[in-house]
Amino acid sequence: MFTPDDPALPRTQAALTGLPPRAGLGLKTGHFREVLDTRPDIGFFEVHAENYMVAGGPFHHFLGLIREQYPLSLHGVGLSIGSEGPLDTQHLQRLAELIERYQPHSFSEHLAWSSHGPVFLNDLLPLAYDEPTLNRVCAHIDQVQNTLKRPMLLENPATYLAFQHSTYDEPDFIHEVIRRSGCGLLLDVNNVYVSCVNHHRDPLAYLDALPLHAVGEIHLAGFAEDSDNLGDRLLIDDHGAPIDRAVWALYWQTLDRIGPMATLIERDNQVPSFNTLLAEAQQADEMLLCAGSRP
Amino acid sequence: MSMQSAFSAALLDLRLPCPAGLCSSNGADPASRFAVYRNNVQNSLINALTDGYPVVAQLVGEEFFRAMAAIFVQQQPPQSPLMSRYGEAFADFIDAFEPASSVPYLADVARLEHLRTQAYHAADAGPVRPEQITAALAAPQGLSDLCFTLHPSLHLLHSAYAVVAIWAAHQQQPSLEGIEIHQAQHALILRNGLEVEVYAIDHGASVFIRHLINGQPLLAAAENSPEFDLSQTLALLIARNVITHLNNKVTP
Repeated sequence: MFTPDDPALPRTQAALTGLPPRAGLGLKTGHFREVLDTRPDIGFFEVHAENYMVAGGPFHHFLGLIREQYPLSLHGVGLSIGSEGPLDTQHLQRLAELIERYQPHSFSEHLAWSSHGPVFLNDLLPLAYDEPTLNRVCAHIDQVQNTLKRPMLLENPATYLAFQHSTYDEPDFIHEVIRRSGCGLLLDVNNVYVSCVNHHRDPLAYLDALPLHAVGEIHLAGFAEDSDNLGDRLLIDDHGAPIDRAVWALYWQTLDRIGPMATLIERDNQVPSFNTLLAEAQQADEMLLCAGSRP
Repeated sequence: MSMQSAFSAALLDLRLPCPAGLCSSNGADPASRFAVYRNNVQNSLINALTDGYPVVAQLVGEEFFRAMAAIFVQQQPPQSPLMSRYGEAFADFIDAFEPASSVPYLADVARLEHLRTQAYHAADAGPVRPEQITAALAAPQGLSDLCFTLHPSLHLLHSAYAVVAIWAAHQQQPSLEGIEIHQAQHALILRNGLEVEVYAIDHGASVFIRHLINGQPLLAAAENSPEFDLSQTLALLIARNVITHLNNKVTP
């Protein structure tokens, strides 16, 4: 349920998320039965909206049962908010129907584009941070929030290159989008780390430049290591590994700044056993507990 | 051309150079970083096909499958963010894909796998209780007008090859030993509860079910089909919870 008056959260953040300030897990189809059989002590589950845009069958069967027992975060990966073209209104309508059906505690999407014309590229692609992009992204977020009749969270991206004609810094751009559109920030701490390594920035300075007052959820994930043609470290946000120590450390710094906040452990590739994911969630829960008990 | 047009074209067409206007903070060649996006797009789409067509992948081996899928991805990228729908045209592509012509049944196995995916996600519909069906069949009045509505997950596939046997042989220890590949088969694909099931049925039964799907009354559908075992076919449809509605069509 959506609880905007939860006294545990500062007012601005409570309006952006109904998720409890605990660790959650991405719900994997291979774990449906185990979740229902073992009822793990998890703060919430998150699903990718597009996977559930099907007519019927096991996906809806299991999500319906799990939703009865856990808070839900709905995370979109296909809306293409940064597209040069208009938003796909059919897709937006499908999202509205899914939200109506499952009443999620949070809806989030990405600061990225993934479609061009009719073609869907199935990846989160980077944006030039300039005035036309800012206007377009804000207009698209307005359209989403007006259609869904609720605020959304926007996730900061992991990027591998930049655009020569960008006129904003990434955190400044995000600041401006959030100020103008009134949406919240889904703070992906792994993305902060990945982008900072890839663009040779200081992660803490980047973190401090973000609109932390607007965070409504945190994501944590693992990355893969690569290198560019100069042999410099190039990190790939592949959601295919355990969370790195550097990301845990940055997470701690984040909690130090904003207090306990709903935190998703993301794993989309090389998905391990449910218990392995549960152990990562417990680690985050312990840190959340510590963060909550600090004066 | 807009930035996203150039970016998107170069993601899909590996012959195109890295788009202009990109940079990196350490002065690395933007192409070495653009390559990450290209790999992500190509691999995620190829992986989606691998997930959707596991038996096709087993039949030709992973390396061949990925090379074939890469060409399909470049020629026919997804037209919707709903990835469960991607690959609808993969079977037709395989049919025309010359290097796979030595595996003539490959496209039909792809069709079967795609119909299984469709059945898995098809709309839900509860079955009519068997007693109701028995009662309707026993009632002399109205029997000639009796129509069945069948489950939305139900699909038929006619193949010139032993497509069900080939698919079934790859569910555990993959082997084609003992299968008469050129034995034509008619596949019936359906979701019973949460499980997708695949049956080989005979030609007459397949035609009969096709008539039922098209709305023909039971008796007409049976009369208009080549010889088959009606009671056995009805028993299968009832046991697998396929009949979701009974109605008596009013004859005009």
